[in-house]
Amino acid sequence: MKQSVTVSKTQELKLAATAKVLLSKFTIKTPKFELKTLVRKIIVPLVSILLFIGLWHMGAQSLYNIEADYKIQKALTDQGREASDAMKACIASGDISCQPNTLPSPAQVWESFKTLIADHKVIRADKLAFKEKTAALNANRIAEGKDPITYTGRPSFVDQIVTSLKTVFAGFILAFLIAVPIGIVIGLSKTLRNAFNWLIQVFKPVSPVVWLLLVFMIVKTMTKDSNSDSAFIISFISVGLCAMWATLVNTAMGVSSVDKDYINVAKVLKLGPFQKVFKVILPSSLPLIFTGLRITLSVAWMVLIAIELLAQSPGLGSFVWEEFQNGANDSNSKIIVAMFIIGIIGFLLDRIMLMIQNMISFNKNATA
Amino acid sequence: MGYLELKEVYKTYGEGKNATEVLHNINLTIQEGEFVAIVGFTGSGKTTLVNLINGLLKPTSGEIRFKGKAVVDTSHERGVIFQNYSLLPWLSVGQNIAMAVKEAFPDEKREFIKNRVSQYVEMVNLLPAINKRPKELSGGMRQRVAVARALAMNPEMILMDEPLSALDALTRGNLQDEILKIWSKDKRTALLITNDVDEGIYMADRIIPLKPGPKATLGPEFKIDIERPRDKTELNDNPHYKKTRNAIIEYLMGIGEERKTTATAFYELPELAPKNFVA
Repeated sequence: MKQSVTVSKTQELKLAATAKVLLSKFTIKTPKFELKTLVRKIIVPLVSILLFIGLWHMGAQSLYNIEADYKIQKALTDQGREASDAMKACIASGDISCQPNTLPSPAQVWESFKTLIADHKVIRADKLAFKEKTAALNANRIAEGKDPITYTGRPSFVDQIVTSLKTVFAGFILAFLIAVPIGIVIGLSKTLRNAFNWLIQVFKPVSPVVWLLLVFMIVKTMTKDSNSDSAFIISFISVGLCAMWATLVNTAMGVSSVDKDYINVAKVLKLGPFQKVFKVILPSSLPLIFTGLRITLSVAWMVLIAIELLAQSPGLGSFVWEEFQNGANDSNSKIIVAMFIIGIIGFLLDRIMLMIQNMISFNKNATA
Repeated sequence: MGYLELKEVYKTYGEGKNATEVLHNINLTIQEGEFVAIVGFTGSGKTTLVNLINGLLKPTSGEIRFKGKAVVDTSHERGVIFQNYSLLPWLSVGQNIAMAVKEAFPDEKREFIKNRVSQYVEMVNLLPAINKRPKELSGGMRQRVAVARALAMNPEMILMDEPLSALDALTRGNLQDEILKIWSKDKRTALLITNDVDEGIYMADRIIPLKPGPKATLGPEFKIDIERPRDKTELNDNPHYKKTRNAIIEYLMGIGEERKTTATAFYELPELAPKNFVA
């Protein structure tokens, strides 16, 4: 009994000692370490974001002043003193009608973002109301074998984003379906590689605009009889064709440069040609194929905006173009909002691809 | 007639002016159940020799016969353990071996394949690592997987291309014993290519030195008449071992000397004196 007490006492002492050591370690070492990573990972990026916004604000301010001075000066030379004073007062009052049209400030962009979200909410409510109103009618129409009535109102900003994402995914899948099989075939055969090389080298640098026109020529004729939405078809095919080259080249390279050791293993195990491709060549070139697909997706997203802009197919690209044509006082800031949204979505898409790549590939150390 | 026969085998890489003759007039006969070691310097064409025997390469001239039939392609009858393991990094240990077993026994059921895989993984003591990828294993473990993969296909002859050269001395010794144990169990014919004379003496029935390339050719063979199982520590006191070891090393060193002295190209050096850069 006594012994056990002493044992427990010594244990207690030991525990206390270890606790002390641990405590001292935590209080001295960990915060230092954490502070460093905290500064590096959070504070530094935050500061740089603030710096960026500050610079942007100042730049926008000076551009605003130049534009305002010019407006006042113009009123003075064209219409005289009185008009210029009126203009000055008008600009100072913040009246929409006479605001200088230039790079919007961060605050204006933020306001526009809020407007766009509010607008989206309104449109969504409108859509829901429409759906409710037409529910009974549509049910009848479907029963009669007619097409249901659909909402044809103006799409909101969020709708445009969704449309753009749909287009880019359709284009990406098209690129995937074309580029990966052709890349594998080209990679396997030297003869085919030589046969296709000129085609790849010539078409790879062609601009998205030209691709769009080419696709337009073909699709326009092919969809003459159908009344399907050819703008969507044209834009996603163009996106796919523009973006597939990175995957094509990378797949061909990955397949043609499989480690000779693996090929020897395949030969020694006497794998059939089909097995050799699917069990040895493809897995070993997967990292390169995925790098190609990542580039393809980011190119697709980049090119999409330009193509939507030209093809008049709905989406972020046409949103930007319409706002630019619109010339309303908040159009410029809406364009900047779209710019940020495009950038953030592009970044997220790349992260998702990287995640999938790391999940599938045996080569775990792929980074951005 | 031997089990494996190489007759006047030549191997040349390249053509015309760039041609380099790697192997020159190789003659070798291995009997069934024999353990033969070929010892040579690095870069003497040992890997080329293995690849000729396993069918990955074709000889420029000469004949390779395995069980009386000419070797034209790779075959499951000759299992290979490569120098750099050559495990597929995207497959786990079990999957790597299962792939080989499936190819060697295409008509067998899944149950049989599964059992055979775990049997061979157990044989090389890697059962706890069966679901690990090669990257997570140490060099010795990887080599054991390669050994298991080659043996699981039930080859009649095992070709080993410097299988242990990348390992540390301790792991090396352990794996030597393991390979010997497996070999002695069903007396498969084995050909070991190595750069370590001691390893050859410890493991093989016969040692044949490979004269270094270009134009590598086989030297005179040395029989190792030491009873199995051999003991490493006792081996050091065995007079036969000492004699053979010295003879082989002398032979190899002799070629080494020869190789050094054959480089007779004379380079005339320009007469250069440092400039007087102080002034």
